[in-house]
Amino acid sequence: MAQCLCLRSLLTPCGTRSLGMHLRIQSCLDGTKIYKWQHRQVGTCPTLCTDSKSPAASKVTVHFINQDGVRNSVTATEGESLLDVVVNKNLDISGFGACEGTLACSTCHLIFEEDIHERLDPVMDEEVDMLDLAYGLTKTSRLGCQIVVQPWMEGMTVHVPKGIKDQRELAGSKKTQ
Amino acid sequence: MRPATKASLFSVIKVLRASCRYNVGCTYGSGFSAGHRSFSSPPASPTKVCVVGGGPAGFYTAQSLLKGSPHIQVDIYERLPVPFGLVRFGVAPDHPEVKNVINTFTQTAQHKRCHFLGNVHVGKDITIQELMQAYHAVVLSYGAEGNRTMGVSGEGLPGVYSAKDFVGWYNGLPCNKELQPDLSHETAVILGQGNVALDVARILLSPLDLLKKTDITQNALETLAASKVQRVLMVGRRGPLQVACTIKELREMVNMPYTAPDMLPADFQHVAQALADLPRPRKRLTELIMKTLNEDHRGRQGVKRWGFRFFRSPLEVLPSADGSRASGIRLAVNKLEGVGDAVTAVPTSEVDEIACGMIISSIGYKSLPIDPAVPFDFKRAIVPNNMGRVEETTGLYCSGWVKRGPTGVIATTMNDSFDTARTILQDLESGAINVSVSRPGSSEVVPLLEKRGVRTVSFADWEKINAEETKQGTAVGKPREKLLDVREMLAVAWT
Repeated sequence: MAQCLCLRSLLTPCGTRSLGMHLRIQSCLDGTKIYKWQHRQVGTCPTLCTDSKSPAASKVTVHFINQDGVRNSVTATEGESLLDVVVNKNLDISGFGACEGTLACSTCHLIFEEDIHERLDPVMDEEVDMLDLAYGLTKTSRLGCQIVVQPWMEGMTVHVPKGIKDQRELAGSKKTQ
Repeated sequence: MRPATKASLFSVIKVLRASCRYNVGCTYGSGFSAGHRSFSSPPASPTKVCVVGGGPAGFYTAQSLLKGSPHIQVDIYERLPVPFGLVRFGVAPDHPEVKNVINTFTQTAQHKRCHFLGNVHVGKDITIQELMQAYHAVVLSYGAEGNRTMGVSGEGLPGVYSAKDFVGWYNGLPCNKELQPDLSHETAVILGQGNVALDVARILLSPLDLLKKTDITQNALETLAASKVQRVLMVGRRGPLQVACTIKELREMVNMPYTAPDMLPADFQHVAQALADLPRPRKRLTELIMKTLNEDHRGRQGVKRWGFRFFRSPLEVLPSADGSRASGIRLAVNKLEGVGDAVTAVPTSEVDEIACGMIISSIGYKSLPIDPAVPFDFKRAIVPNNMGRVEETTGLYCSGWVKRGPTGVIATTMNDSFDTARTILQDLESGAINVSVSRPGSSEVVPLLEKRGVRTVSFADWEKINAEETKQGTAVGKPREKLLDVREMLAVAWT
């Protein structure tokens, strides 16, 4: 049975005109994932929806360490993507999720602990394509919009890469991308 | 950036760490930015900042400034009646998800301390000096409206276009609406192998069924429907290991239905052995190109072809027999010298020619000077600056392509704009910008413009244009049908 969720727009006011597509993730109980593209409805505010037949979604504590090293602990809901969590919990990360979860940017780049990273669902080519353009890429980096919160992630810590600060060091050396 | 809501945990931490009180009704200006120390007392009147250019750089700079201080008001001036710059006119029509950033820009424009003023040609309707008198700080974010030229004879022949103009044409940039590119010949050659070159190739070869559901202009759609172009070659002066495009765009080309790759295996000597030592992004990109070599498409009929040609630099555009248009391109064959990223192309005595009816030079956009009062580095085609502070000019800043050069994706510009905003916020705090003197901002500029016969377009006015375009688009199954004429835009804006 699939639990479907729709990514929520970065804009909280409903009725705002939206453009483009958003990525709808279907996460089946057998662990497989289906990624579907959908036209964002004009004038609607896509909300978190769960299949009414699915069991109640667990709450999972996730710790975010922001670019200043400040820790912010939030209670996420099983089935949300980490981009959803950042948006829903109003976490202040500059420029996070610019493309709104459509694998067209790398601004939701997050760094995971090694043991967590190993257990994450395998990365798709399309995600690696974008990750390869991310600032401060590490071996345990993933895009937050592709990581769906699961109960086994309880208590995990994710780091926001210091992308902006690094850029001054890289000025002049990064010509493209 | 978000409307007034309950304070997030972050803001609670920051407010406790900061020593002063801000207007906690709004999440803006609660001292979120890294290392931001609070003002000991707020300035007597608002700090007015002017941003020149309503594209990604302008909007991201404004967003960051508004967030960084509750005392800043930002006015964004834009030459066209419509905002968003290259997000509207540069991003390919079949990449709608890249345009999602417009939602963020819309929020910024609708912020109570931000105003969008379209239809103002800075440098012509008003000078930079006049803006600097009216505002505490002026930020140049006007991007790159020119393009690099090949500098070869025949470049002016019909059939030769800059990628900037071609992209502007299919994206509805008003000044390119009369381009009428000639798509009646079988082969098109694109000089350049960056993402813009790939966009052009993809639009030239995309099945119409895919394009007709996008916001590509109707004019372009009809021209492409009649296109006879069957083969698109992207020419680069160096080799496969130096190709400038990124993998997502290349993958789209590889996966394009009804097409087949057309590469020269000889171009790929020495590449296989270099693979192992490459960093992952370059390795994956190169592997994908090489995958196309191993597939045999020679026997396939009825497919359009696309490919790279390496080690070639343009020498001359060859005219047709009657001299009326381009019919081919003569190219120098290069060899590579140097190692690593510093590899350069050096011409040999060998030349090559490709017969073609269309040549598109995709070798780079280029910024132009906006005003004689602003220093300009003609060699690098940027405004000379140090971390966004324009040289020799206190109170003047820059962000985006005009600051760093015309490369990078939207996220690159976003980070750069945040950097410039941080510089401005530091200067406000240190007193490098004197905010003790109040400045009139748009209350001085708008009457001045009106006296000169210039009426501005507000963001609400743009939303009327937006509604009209969306309405026209919906009627034909597209997200929008762009208005192509500035007068038409203004007529709708001011109804």
